[in-house]
Amino acid sequence: MKIKVLSRNPDDYQRETKLDIHKVYRNYNPALHPFEAPREYVRALNATKLERVFAKPFLASLNGHTDSVCCMCKHKQRLNTIFSGSCDGEIRQWTLTNQRCIRALPAHTGFVRGITCAPDGTTFISVGDDNTIKHWTTDALSEQSHNPLNTIVTKTLYTGIDHHWKEPIYATCGQTVDIWNDERSEPVKVYKWGTDSVNSISFNPVETNMCVSTVADRSIVLYDLRSSIPVNKVILKLRSNVVAWNPMEAFMFTAANEDHNLYTFDIRRLDFASNVHTDHADAVLDVDYAPTGKEFVSGSYDKSIRIFPVNGSRSREVYHTKRMQRVFTVKWSLDNRYILSGSDEMNIRLWKARAAEKLGRLAPREQAAADYNNKLKKKFAYHPQIKRISRHRHVPKTIYSILKEKRTIKDSMRRKEQNLRAHSKPGTVPHIPERAKHIVTTAIKDDDIDEEDSLV
Amino acid sequence: MAGRYYEKRKLSSEIKKNEDEDGLSVSEVAQPEDPFKGSAPIPEERKSLYKRGKEFPVDGIKNKKLKGFLRNTKKHDKAAVNQAARYELLLTEEPGYIETAEGEATWEIKQREIADAADITSASKYFELRLDQFGPYSVDYTRNGRHLLIGGRRGHVAAFDWMAKKPMCEMNVMEAVNDVKWLHTENMFAVAQRRWTYIYDNQGIELHCLKRLDQTLKLDFLPYHFLLLAANARGFLQYLDISQGQIVSTINTKCGRLEVLCQNPANAVVLLGHYNGTVTMWSPNQKKPLVKMLSHKTALRSIAVDQTGNYLATSAQDRKLKIFDVRTFKSLHTWSVPAGASHLKFSQRGFLGASFQNVVEIYNNPCIQPPTNPYLTHKLKFPASDLDFCPYEDVLGVGCADGFVSLLVPGAGEPNYDSFESNPYRSKKQRKEWEVRALLEKIQPDMISLDPFQIARVDMATAEQLQKDKEERLGFKQESPKFEPRFKKKGRSKSGNVEKRKRKVRNEELRKKIRSEAEKNNANEAAESQMEANVITKPLEPKSALNRFKKKTK
Repeated sequence: MKIKVLSRNPDDYQRETKLDIHKVYRNYNPALHPFEAPREYVRALNATKLERVFAKPFLASLNGHTDSVCCMCKHKQRLNTIFSGSCDGEIRQWTLTNQRCIRALPAHTGFVRGITCAPDGTTFISVGDDNTIKHWTTDALSEQSHNPLNTIVTKTLYTGIDHHWKEPIYATCGQTVDIWNDERSEPVKVYKWGTDSVNSISFNPVETNMCVSTVADRSIVLYDLRSSIPVNKVILKLRSNVVAWNPMEAFMFTAANEDHNLYTFDIRRLDFASNVHTDHADAVLDVDYAPTGKEFVSGSYDKSIRIFPVNGSRSREVYHTKRMQRVFTVKWSLDNRYILSGSDEMNIRLWKARAAEKLGRLAPREQAAADYNNKLKKKFAYHPQIKRISRHRHVPKTIYSILKEKRTIKDSMRRKEQNLRAHSKPGTVPHIPERAKHIVTTAIKDDDIDEEDSLV
Repeated sequence: MAGRYYEKRKLSSEIKKNEDEDGLSVSEVAQPEDPFKGSAPIPEERKSLYKRGKEFPVDGIKNKKLKGFLRNTKKHDKAAVNQAARYELLLTEEPGYIETAEGEATWEIKQREIADAADITSASKYFELRLDQFGPYSVDYTRNGRHLLIGGRRGHVAAFDWMAKKPMCEMNVMEAVNDVKWLHTENMFAVAQRRWTYIYDNQGIELHCLKRLDQTLKLDFLPYHFLLLAANARGFLQYLDISQGQIVSTINTKCGRLEVLCQNPANAVVLLGHYNGTVTMWSPNQKKPLVKMLSHKTALRSIAVDQTGNYLATSAQDRKLKIFDVRTFKSLHTWSVPAGASHLKFSQRGFLGASFQNVVEIYNNPCIQPPTNPYLTHKLKFPASDLDFCPYEDVLGVGCADGFVSLLVPGAGEPNYDSFESNPYRSKKQRKEWEVRALLEKIQPDMISLDPFQIARVDMATAEQLQKDKEERLGFKQESPKFEPRFKKKGRSKSGNVEKRKRKVRNEELRKKIRSEAEKNNANEAAESQMEANVITKPLEPKSALNRFKKKTK
């Protein structure tokens, strides 16, 4: 007869000295871990509440400009350098590690309309109201740092500039879209479609020959550098201010529009917006994508910044401060962590992209706990209590009342349309999806009409 | 340059090569040919222990993104199940056992023989405390099996660390003691005294006198909800939240004296046994029982639910012991016993301890098949007054009229504990950390229901109802007029209270709608099934005793 009674050696289960860590034994048998689902729910609830507690996104304010900041540009090779241009013609170079201005250049005698950085990171180009294009060096310590490397005086006013992502080519937009070469002082190619002025231009980071511009006649025009005429255009109901390309999907771009929305388009299908992002209370002035291609940030005339997911139509986050006035320009840093906003009250603000994230190096246990909490929040995101807490944001009273009014207006318009449909012959009032509602038409450029000779 | 945009994305075939079927990465160093290629196979029964719920069919989904996401989740689930199953290799301890030779029977083995055959530490776990002055003793072990609390009917209450034989407190409360129970740690315990229930510190200092829990006969503690249960002589069942000190709910069960009480550890539902042989299940959220089950035809003497929450053992005056499946309420086994078992208790590994007058019998696998013989028996001098298995040890504590005896039951305790759940070897600091974490994860009492996993499931009924509401709203049908609650004075109409009242009405209306929808569905289904059946019933013939001689017509 063999008998064995369970007996444990306490030395195996207790630590030897105070300096040791405690011994941990695990047994994953579900009988020892009852109430898995309710406990996970309570942990998710706690994690959501703590996220709201730790949501402190504002990091720093960069002071120095003496007029509103109207354009910004990221350095393409370094994470800590930003160039900003203000409405009094000054361009400042900032280092974000020390949050200081390392160079202030009196660049133009009017607004600085656009700044763009060359892909190799050695030079940046600015364009201003004094009809000049100026090339500068990005190195703040060289002897040439106070004077432009090159100045080109142009005949017409340019309102935007962007650099090709690979070649030494840049494009400016004003009356027309001009393609320049770095060494030339005359545009190499000119694209023109219609007579209205072009507001902004943006090159595609992936499909590098493509660029898109926004025109004052409410259209968004696509260009391909390999052809001599614009490719096609889509006309919306109101004018778009800025367009940003998705850095991960070559064919998607998002346009920031005056009608308080942002429209994401697929270039293969311009007659139907891929997504309509609503949540702003006033015209959207700037948009920039995160390097992951999953989210973008938009700054608007209603003194707030919103972060939207690419495949959702409502914002996941809103940043605002009493001191921040109209936001003219926003940028998402290339390490996916920070958001910069330049606004009317001469400040550039540095924000966290994820408001409750702990910055800096996390210990492995901290990281594991943070990962676990994030996963739990995602798992229980649709439970009403958790959704209510995670969605809750404080928003300034003006924005709150505007959004409330817009909701009432939208509901009543919908009701009226339903009534009209109910009282008309079936089929006379068709259902128009939201994504097609804001698009007037699309058009393709005809070869014969209105072509300017391309200059060699 | 803009190099990041040109990074070549890994082909899925390349990625698969570096992972084995468990989803773990495999090194690429050149190795000699492996005769047993791939990972070791895991037996299905081991894997089934760690699976949660049924597999969701992914093929029928049309949305490509959702399909991809679900497929990925399934892969992760499988990897998790495999890893958990493999982890069993790392468990250090083995359960106890008795291996008998041919002709020997385990129930003939005496405790003294087991103590002699086992090692010295185990032998010290078999001891007897002769306390014949203060009446039959109630027994309770803490959740980690370290500390023991005994309460004699004539007022003697003692708490001690039974393994180290270190006393913590010993006192006489000068009143009749009906039941004793440890609270969440070994720092506090509750004693159900003649009139009221008291909470004491582990030094014996009286912390609280709970006058609302009067005439309590049985106490129980829900560890994950921090709820103390008190079943009283007048038929009231009360839940007290010990972290907040408030009574969560008082239920008038209207079933008479509540002497038979047991909790289902898997879903925190309380089972009561009554005079008419019914077992009722209660939750603090409802005034009526969740389930009423007729288990025996005579008065119930005791009930017990096993650790996994699958089986219910009941014993009544009709001298039968029945095992039920708690979820389907079906009777699984029945066997005869010499008398109604006065106390029943399940151990962590499924052993059932039963006391019949002064004999304690332990059955080792009563739920799988009805036992022909007990596993172990022990004869006491006086009838047993309480039974409790010690968690994580092979020990059964029995309180009787002349004291307390601790019996060795090889194989009863779970050999491998989980440090994050309950750790018998925890230090003071570990206990404090554990307590704070447990309080943070305290489950609210309104989540107690028969199915604890309900919260992680999709609520199809409410989802459908809300969808219908949305469609109605978009199509703008006439909605019911908005409920405006009446203005109450004395500050009772604060915005928070008003919102609470509005929410109650809204939820009630939603529930009504769901119920009516469900009834409609049932009516439809019944109508359909009737149509399908379409049986032509024969007219009933008058019954007579000679019917069996009539020729049967096909």
